[in-house]
Amino acid sequence: MSPDVSTGVSTDVCALDALVPERGAAALVDGAQVALFRLADDTVLAVQNRDPFCGANVLARGIVGSVGDTPTVTSPMHKQVWDLRTGACLDTGGKVPVAGSVDLATWAVEVRDGRVVVTHV
Amino acid sequence: MRTAPPVTLGRVVVVGAGMVAHRLVAGLLDRAPDDGWHVTVLGDEPWVPYDRVHLSELVTAARTPDDLALDPHVWDDPRTTLLVGDAVARLDRDAQTVTTRGGRVVEYDQLVLATGSWAWTPRTEGTDLPGVFRYRTLDDLEAMRAWVADRSAVLGRPLRGAVVGGGVLGLEAAAALQSLGASATVVEFADHLMNVQLDAGGGEALRVLVDDLGMDVRTSIACTGLAAAPDGSVATMRLSDDDEIPADVVVFSTGVRPRDRLARESGLAIGERGGVVVGATCRTSDPAVWAIGECASFDGECTGLVAPGNAMADVVVDRLLGGPRLYTPAPEGTKLKGVGVDAASFGDVFGLTPGALEVTFTDPVARTYRKLVVSDDARTLLGGVFVGDAALYPQLRPMLGRPLGADPSAFLAPEGGAPELGGDLPDDVVVCSCTNVTAGTVREAVTEHGCTTVGEVKACTKAGTVCGSCVPVVTKLVNAQLEASGIEVSRAMCEHFAMPRAELYALVSAGELRTFSEIVAAHGTGRGCAVCKPVVAGILSSLRAGHVLSRDHAPLQDTNDHVMANLQKDGTYSVIPRVPGGEITPEKLMAIGAVASEFGLYTRITGAQRIGMFGARIDQLPAIWQRLIDAGFESGQAYGKSLRAVKSCVGSAWCRFGVRDSVGMGILLENRYRGLRTPHKFKVGVSGCARECAEARGKDVGVIATANGWNVYVGGNGGANPRHADLLAEDLSDDELVAVVDRFLAFYVRHGDRLQRTAPFVADYPGGIDELRAILVDDAQGIAADLEAEIAAHVGDYRDEWAEALDDPDKLDRFAAFVNAPGTADPDLAYTPLRGQVRPARPGEPAHHDPRVARTLEVTR
Repeated sequence: MSPDVSTGVSTDVCALDALVPERGAAALVDGAQVALFRLADDTVLAVQNRDPFCGANVLARGIVGSVGDTPTVTSPMHKQVWDLRTGACLDTGGKVPVAGSVDLATWAVEVRDGRVVVTHV
Repeated sequence: MRTAPPVTLGRVVVVGAGMVAHRLVAGLLDRAPDDGWHVTVLGDEPWVPYDRVHLSELVTAARTPDDLALDPHVWDDPRTTLLVGDAVARLDRDAQTVTTRGGRVVEYDQLVLATGSWAWTPRTEGTDLPGVFRYRTLDDLEAMRAWVADRSAVLGRPLRGAVVGGGVLGLEAAAALQSLGASATVVEFADHLMNVQLDAGGGEALRVLVDDLGMDVRTSIACTGLAAAPDGSVATMRLSDDDEIPADVVVFSTGVRPRDRLARESGLAIGERGGVVVGATCRTSDPAVWAIGECASFDGECTGLVAPGNAMADVVVDRLLGGPRLYTPAPEGTKLKGVGVDAASFGDVFGLTPGALEVTFTDPVARTYRKLVVSDDARTLLGGVFVGDAALYPQLRPMLGRPLGADPSAFLAPEGGAPELGGDLPDDVVVCSCTNVTAGTVREAVTEHGCTTVGEVKACTKAGTVCGSCVPVVTKLVNAQLEASGIEVSRAMCEHFAMPRAELYALVSAGELRTFSEIVAAHGTGRGCAVCKPVVAGILSSLRAGHVLSRDHAPLQDTNDHVMANLQKDGTYSVIPRVPGGEITPEKLMAIGAVASEFGLYTRITGAQRIGMFGARIDQLPAIWQRLIDAGFESGQAYGKSLRAVKSCVGSAWCRFGVRDSVGMGILLENRYRGLRTPHKFKVGVSGCARECAEARGKDVGVIATANGWNVYVGGNGGANPRHADLLAEDLSDDELVAVVDRFLAFYVRHGDRLQRTAPFVADYPGGIDELRAILVDDAQGIAADLEAEIAAHVGDYRDEWAEALDDPDKLDRFAAFVNAPGTADPDLAYTPLRGQVRPARPGEPAHHDPRVARTLEVTR
């Protein structure tokens, strides 16, 4: 469902201050829906916004947390959990995705001069 | 373990459809083979077997006949047949048939007589007058209730009632008359109330308490006749002291006699004082005929309680299956219920055992009387009497005939000195006499059957499911066994907090920390998760520490609370404004119509008497809500762990049966508790009369109007695990009702577990509803004022969340669909038509991204 995205292109998305710590925000990056998460230490991580288990674009609205030292997001739909750094699904809740992988696509994020820049990898 | 079926099982016929008949059938279904037999139960009353023990609750607790029905699922089993409303008229033991009054002939291989008792009335002039009742069956109570309503309408004043018989049932009948709005005089032939169960001291203490209830008690007095008013209805009662008292309604509760006519007429052996003679096998003089319960005479005695009848039913089940079980009469205990005063006793109440010692503690200030009867060495418990405070009864009754383990006077000490009992009871002690369950069986439920809560143990063993008085002891046993078995379920909320919600609430409430980072640093570990963060947000909100939308709390909230709407399957939300009492003006209806039409929202009446609009995009929520607020709406918190709605019936404003303004009370309660954050969502119902059209007892808090005020019930639920709410308090004024509900909700906020609805909260609370009543109604812990203050503070601080969000531009950022493209909507949303409206489209379906267009699409499916 996601449009083709060219890799390696960087997009200036928003100011770091536009992101609430430990709360996600959705962004359009080259036509793709991306979920951005600003952690407590101001690191920003990005994964696909689409929840593979229900197909809705909602992951940016999930709760940010941790499993051990791993930063995570939990789907607001049915509470599956993913590693925000790798996109790996840590808890499927016993469900199977409507299509594709249980894991999430990730984007590289840099914070430059107070701006959040996202690059598809 | 199943016993091999003997050849004898075949066609089992049970005459009588009461509690012990039900017990017998349930026992057969539990133990007998899957097929090859059939049981037919014949009852003369037109009801499925019901809980006669709690009959008074029909009147005093606004229960319905359905509430009282004993587990009706047994009648769904193909191996059972229940025929009610047709009495058995003849028993032909040669042909092995019974014939009903309606002419039905039923053949049996095994016949069980469970015909029970009939209520005896003295042969006194006037006992057949209209307005004179007995107190035995559902029909008796329904007739009495109807009489009180009709007769007081005819007379244009409350009725003056009289009850003949001051035993347990007589006092229940008097309380029932009072709750129907009549006065009650109790006439007792003996020299004190409950003279079979209480000694003179206990009887006198009970009289003082009963006087306080407004009952007029006359002891050592007999009823010598009844006289009629000119219209033929009963009007006065003559007494043996030549006094005459007004009596517009009369109830005789003067004892029961075994119903043994069938047995007599068919030539079975009958006891000297009536009853079908049985031995320890419960067989009668005919090997194919058994008798159980109150119609059976064992050792020349008939019983009047359900527990021995249940024990007999268990014996017959075992015997029919070839087992060796024998009936042994167990010492009986009695507890007064539903009257509003405590009185209970067990064992050798009168100290008749040779050498028995009596230790008595009378407190005229606290109005309690407690007596223990012990053996001559003061070690073995022989009996007990408790009036005014029966808390010791369930603890001590199982110890009957056993060493007390402490000085008897220690148990009677006025304050808290009583040694703890319960956890270490021997395995063979019967803790639940109604269902004959031992301490060992309760322990096995934990060790062998994996039960981890009192509720599970009750379901598994049936202990505590009849009269409920043993639940405190069962609770102690279960907890002690869980600890001993090391099965302690982890109480950790998640990997970040090692304690359950209630403990975290207490810590946060007692401390100064008001942000998640501070709280997790002090009391937990890591950065939290989707389990603990919303809990902390809810706790902070309950403590009124900042708005649910404040920036500090924003990262903690589920998306529902974060955007104040309820997430739907496609990522859009539902919008449900508050409609208190379901009462809505035509203008507001039109406003909802206009908004739904303009934004293309799917519209539906919800189950909570309000209107839901579905399919609102996150970026549309502020504009939708601005329109709704301009039209006078506010948030309905349909998204929160908070009050959803107060459902009410139309009540006395319009309904010809309504006795109180249920809509008005519903609105008052809804506006009081709106926005209050709780461990889980909660629902309230208010019914304007006992017909209960608002289904209030299926709610977390149920309020039912009576002639005397409001009754309040707590812990009800519909859904997957339906539970009727338990009666917490009765006959409350408006203010008293609000105070009790305030206390209950504040207590639930303090002590509820994460996502624990009030149904399991109430069911599992140690000591159950009785303990909750002591705390919340009688203020046993002295916290009522604090609890009320917490709710008062909530009410004072309440502001509409949506109005506040719209007033603060900072809070509107969160509604942008994309942080870098605020004007753009999610391009993947698509809708397909559904019955003139829309729903989210599945891949491949005809669809349009704009629901206003989608609803007009032509689709052939």
